[in-house]
Parts: sequence; C-alpha cells; structure tokens
Amino acid sequence: MSLQVVTANRLRDGRVIYLDAADGWSTDVAAARLCEDEAAATAALAIAAAAVAARRVVEPYLIAVERADGAVSPTRYRPVRYREVIRAFGPSIAAGTAAKET
Amino acid sequence: MAIIKHSQVVEDPWTTVTAVDDPLPSNDQPVIVSLARWQADRAALIARRSPLGLRLSSAESPAVVADDLAYFELFALEFPAFTDGRAYSHARLLRERYGYSGEIRAVGHVLRDQLIFMRRCGFDAFEVPRSGDAAAALAQFQAALSEIDVWYQTAPDAQTPVFARRQHMSEAFLNGTAG
Amino acid sequence: MYRYDEFDQRLVDQRVAQFRDQVARRLSGELTEDEFKPLRLMNGLYLQLHAYMLRVAIPYGTLSSRQLHQLAHIARRYDRGFAHFTTRQNIQYNWPRLEDTPDILAELASVEMHAIQTSGNCIRNTTADQYAGVAADEVEDPRIHAEVIRQWSTLHPEFSFLPRKFKIAVTGAQHDRAAIRVHDIGLVIRRDANANVGFEVVVGGGLGRTPMVGKTIREFLPKQYLLSYLEAILRVYNQLGRRDNKYKARVKILVHETGVEEFTEMVETEWRHIRDGAIDLPAEEVARIRAYFAAPDYQTLSAAPPEYTAKLAADPTFADWVRTNIAAHKVPGYAIVNISLKPIGGIPGDATADQMDAIADLAALYSDREIRVTHEQNLVLPYVRQTDLYLLWQELRRQGLATANLNLISDIIACPGLDYCALANARSIPVAQQISERFADLKRQHDIGELRLKISGCINACGHHHVGNIGILGVDRRGEEYYQITLGGTPDEQAAIGTIVGPAFASDQVVDAVETIVDTYVGQRQDGELFIDTYRRIGNAPFKESLYGNH
Repeated sequence: MSLQVVTANRLRDGRVIYLDAADGWSTDVAAARLCEDEAAATAALAIAAAAVAARRVVEPYLIAVERADGAVSPTRYRPVRYREVIRAFGPSIAAGTAAKET
Repeated sequence: MAIIKHSQVVEDPWTTVTAVDDPLPSNDQPVIVSLARWQADRAALIARRSPLGLRLSSAESPAVVADDLAYFELFALEFPAFTDGRAYSHARLLRERYGYSGEIRAVGHVLRDQLIFMRRCGFDAFEVPRSGDAAAALAQFQAALSEIDVWYQTAPDAQTPVFARRQHMSEAFLNGTAG
Repeated sequence: MYRYDEFDQRLVDQRVAQFRDQVARRLSGELTEDEFKPLRLMNGLYLQLHAYMLRVAIPYGTLSSRQLHQLAHIARRYDRGFAHFTTRQNIQYNWPRLEDTPDILAELASVEMHAIQTSGNCIRNTTADQYAGVAADEVEDPRIHAEVIRQWSTLHPEFSFLPRKFKIAVTGAQHDRAAIRVHDIGLVIRRDANANVGFEVVVGGGLGRTPMVGKTIREFLPKQYLLSYLEAILRVYNQLGRRDNKYKARVKILVHETGVEEFTEMVETEWRHIRDGAIDLPAEEVARIRAYFAAPDYQTLSAAPPEYTAKLAADPTFADWVRTNIAAHKVPGYAIVNISLKPIGGIPGDATADQMDAIADLAALYSDREIRVTHEQNLVLPYVRQTDLYLLWQELRRQGLATANLNLISDIIACPGLDYCALANARSIPVAQQISERFADLKRQHDIGELRLKISGCINACGHHHVGNIGILGVDRRGEEYYQITLGGTPDEQAAIGTIVGPAFASDQVVDAVETIVDTYVGQRQDGELFIDTYRRIGNAPFKESLYGNH
C-alpha cells in the first residue's frame, strides 16, 4: 500500500490542512502524519472524524503521497495526484499580479 | 415529530395509512391515505364518517385528484429531500388553481430554513422534528418565519408583494396621506 | 442605473442577518456541514480547493463606480487584493474566510449588492447585453426587464429548489452579445408587425455535458406578460424536470426529451391559467423601474471630431486599440469602450484591487460613473466622449488595461480550472497564458482577425468551450492533463456547438495544436474571411489533416 496522509479544509477559513503526528492540523504537507498501512490510515480517519464532529475541519479524506526529491518540492513528501499538489502548494500561477503591458 | 399549525404546536388527530392493504383505523378516526390507497379504495373511503386526508409524494401532482378535492380535509405533501421542490408547485396549484382551502401539511424533510418558502406557497401545517419542548419548537419556527418580510412575488399567502406596497405608498403620497 | 428603495434594501439587509445567523449556527454545531452546505450555496459561498470562494452577483453586469470601489475594498480587506470576473457577469473572491462572509455580505449590502442565488438549484443572476442602452441595433434596453426578472426571481418561494440551476439572459439587440441561445431561457426583445415591443422566448439552451442550442417556443410575447410566461415555464420545469440524475436535470433535457412542440404546449396551457392573474407587474411599476435606466445627459456632439481623428492619425498604437476595443455608440460623438482583462500572459478575467479602483475612477471621470461586465470577462465603459478617448487610453495603459485584443485570439475566456476549482479536471489558466504568449504579437493577432477561443477545465463548461470558434476542454487522462479541441462553435445569434476535431493533446502539445489550426485557417482563408466563416466553408477535415495527418 502506498503512503497516505489525511487532508481536509479548516471550517473557519477553508484553508487546506493535514493531520499531523500530534493529532493536530497543519497547513504544511511536510508536517503531515504518514500512514504506512491500512490500520494507520483507518486510525487517522477516525481522528479526522472526531475533528469534523468538533467543528474544526470539513470533508477529510486520504491522499497518496510519495517521496519527493528536493527539486520538485520543498518537502520530503509530495502528493501523487496533481490536484493534490495544487492544493498543497497553491495555484500554479502567479495570481494577483496582473501582467503589465510592454 | 411535532405538528405546527397556525403558529401553534398541536396534537395530531390524524393516522396515516399508506400501504394499499394496511388496515384502516376505526370509522370515526381521521385518516390520511396515499394516492394508491385512495384510487384502490375510493368508495369505501368516501363511505367513512370521519375526515379524510390525502398524502402525495413529490412525484404525484394534485391535478390527478382535482375533481375530488371536496372529499379531503387535508393534503400532506411530501418533501423527500430538501432539494426536491416539487411540492412548492403542488401547494400553489391546490390553493390557486383548485381553490382548495383545507389544511396543506408539509411532511418529510421539512427544514427550518425552508419553512418560509413553504408558508408562502400555501402550506399551513408543518411536520417538524420534535427537539426540546413545544415552546422551543414554536420559538424556532417563529424565528425562521420572521427572517424575511419583503417579498417580490405574488403567492397564495397573506403577504403583499413589494410592487403592490410601492403602489400603495405612491398613492398614499399623491393623496397626501403618507406618513 | 437601478437604485434600491427601502424594500430592496430591507430584503438584502434581512438576508445578511439571516446568513449571519446561519453561519453562527454552523460554527456552534447546531448545523452540520450537510445541513449548512445548501444554505451557504444559496448565498454564493463554495468550498473550493484552497479555501472558500464567494461569488457576488452583478445583476445584468451593471456596476456603479461606488460599487466597483467597494468590490476593490473587499478584495483588499477580506481577500488577497484581487478578484475574478466570470462568464456570468459575476465576480468571485478566492480566499474569503467563512467567519468573515457575513461582514462581506454586509459591506455588499451597503452598496446595494448581494450574493443571493449565485449558486444552488435556483434562478441565478440574470445576464444581459453589455452594450445595453448604448447599442445602435437595440429595440429596447434589456436591463429594464433584467431588473424586473431580478426582483421576481429573488427568493422566489416556488422556484428556489429546482431540479438544477437556471440561467436567464436578455438582449435587446440584433447582434447577440449575451449568448442567449445557450441559456436555460434566452429573451430577445423584438417588435411585432404593429411595432409593439415584446420578447422572442428561447428555451433549453445550455453548455455542460450535453450542449444544446435553445429552441424558440414563442416568437412574440407581449412584454407585459414577461413574468407570467416565465412563471409558466418554471412551473412546468419544476414539476417535470428530471431529479434522478443531475446530468439530465437541466431544462434543456426536458425540452429535448419531451419534444419542443409538447413542451411548448404545456407552457402555453399553464400560462393560459395564470396570464391574467396577479403575477405580472402593473405598468406603473415597470415604468418606475424603467425610469432608472434613462439615458445620461448626452451632449450634442459631432461624430469623429478633429482632435480625436488627429490622435488616431498620429498614434498608431492608439488607433489599434480604437480599432479593436471601441464599439459604435448610438449617440454621435460618443464611444463604447471595452477594457480588456486579458493582458498578454495574464489571467483572463482577473483584476487587482488597484485596477478596480482605477477603473472606477475612470468611469466617474469619463463614463457617468457606470461600468459593465461582459460574459467574455472584460469590462465596458458605456458613455465615453470620443474627445476623451485618448486621455482615457493613456490612463488605462498605465494600469496595464489597454490591451488592444478584443475578440482576437488572446481575448480568451477561461474558467478558473484546477488552479482553484474543486470540480476541475485540468488547469485552464496556464493554457490560456501560454496561448496568449504564443500570439503575443498584436500585429499577428490583428492579421488573424476575430477568433473566439474559450477554455474549460472540466465538462461543466464554465469556460464556454462548446461555443468557442476554437474550444479547449481539459480532461484527466490517467492522472495527466489532456486537452480536447473543438472547432466551429459560436455563441451569438447563429449559435452553434463546436465539433471535436480529433484525439486530445497533452498539455505540452496544445499550444502548438492551436497554432497549427490558426495557420491552417490563414492558409485557407479567402479575402477578408473570418476564422468561423472559413471553418463553415471548409469544415473539420483540413484542420484534422494538418493536426493529425502525419500520425
């Protein structure tokens, strides 16, 4: 089974977050708790469900991650699917800086 | 479940029988039946001495019983999910097209935040989850209905639509009776 | 433009208070996410990839300078200093906090704006021709009727839980700039043989998974019956539209499956019951609304005054901008100015707070404090004197807002795509940016001529790819972004759905493919022919051959 982490959005501001090793939530995928087997993934989802009930997070789910070389990602691990890469590191474009004309 | 009718929590005298072969309550008990039961058992149901109600699923238009409305003292219109808005049209048809003036009860997923739309469409009774005591249920109900009091549309409730209120204001102004 | 009276204001204020209470109930745990979601969506609040997204309604795309300043303020205070104009003439904020949204709605209400029904299965923001009131080919200003529809559709008690979302567009002009034939209902203001004004009613257009061009169900509806006729259509749809499959729930499927004759008959039968009831507005109320859309105090000017034509002759860059971005105004000496939000390499439809403030100021100086938003994600200043154009253009240049590319290949419609949207399968914005860069040379763009290129990041087609002359659809193929190209679509009065040209292209091939298509057109065109006309003459085959011939 591949390596997985639990991600969700924070209820109050909607930010992308990851379940960390201390049962807390981090906006940094590098801080995510790595689930190396089915039991760990199930346990992590149970913690996430409690966080849903406690109104901290919404819509938690597991994503696959892989070891990243430093060139690709600033973290040791990065999501496998590019949708999750974009969630983890933000839009792939420089927004809010409309190009000036030449 | 609690029934709120005319802004009061009321005892529900009605028994609902939906299946075609379930036994009916005794002859003097008010009963709500499904459309299938009504169509299967019409003569026997008419012969009863007690009030009769009809429960319609959201796929069943009241148009199919348009000629039989005189037999019913109550319509129970189902909301199988909050997303299914067919019963809003059905209630308006009953009130506006067919002139039905008996009880129209919202049953099923009757969400607090939809009550205000239901009442505008002609519902006057609501099956709501019983949370806490009757007073609490009623307080919630009244809070929900008081959130909006400006409506642009004509509908079968007593609200005056905005265009008519505007006209009234300008007429009052022209007649010097404003303020 | 329209101004709220005490009733309009009271409604949006009550709506803000209602949503404030709903958010509080969510944060307190009284509402679960499943219960809260439909409530927040009814106020335009989505949960997207990175954050919440708030979609704010810009009714029929008309804004005052004051409103645009407020939108800029909201972008700075509650977001990241920019926002995105959409293909439905709305504006979206990408990073608001849930906790802040009641305050944002209150800030909007203070300038007579709201986010009501910008999502959900209800009647959405009614859109209109961006040249309303100033186009020379117009029968009547569609904004009057769009405002009538806005009020009628707001919190409609019967039609707030439809089978699916419902979009209405109105135009009063001969040339359709509002894509009315790909809306659930499109209304074209027309005159009958006796010069009475009314509507051609088009139903069942739409894009998405099953694109369809709408069908005319009534050639002429006397205009006093607008609301009762809409109510008849909506009542038929609310009862009979499919609710078992969200991909078959739009009214276009009902019209298609029922057949247009039978559907029309059902609507007409329903309408006969209600047409002389209390639904339609009294003439006095329509007149009250109409008065808000009276023309500004135009000056008596001569067309093409010498100081203007001298600038055109002296400054070719200015002349290029005038040639593409200025449209003819119905009043001599005035111009309709299109502000392109498609700078080369930029994000289509995005504007920074500073740009919004600058445009609001320029509108106050030069355009009677009014701005329009187009479904092509650009902005319009509708009342500019020709003698002011040169100064205005210089100001726009300073803000990076004078790109002379309206309706050219770099004037791309693009949805937010996978960079922001939770539904997307692929990115749209980077593809738009790369195409724009490839064709950066404006001389080349002008030579290519009018060419509508539209990109969607998923089959929901917010980027209108089906009606692009060149349409690009992002798809996910085994975890890779691929792009399928369609050709020959048009959104206007000759509305047509594009045809898929062949297998999809990988993301590093799609820009080359677009260039191959353009080169094929340039090689095949006969004097003065637009891309779409060449395509209609020669069909898909030559493009297919040049794209795939070697494989």
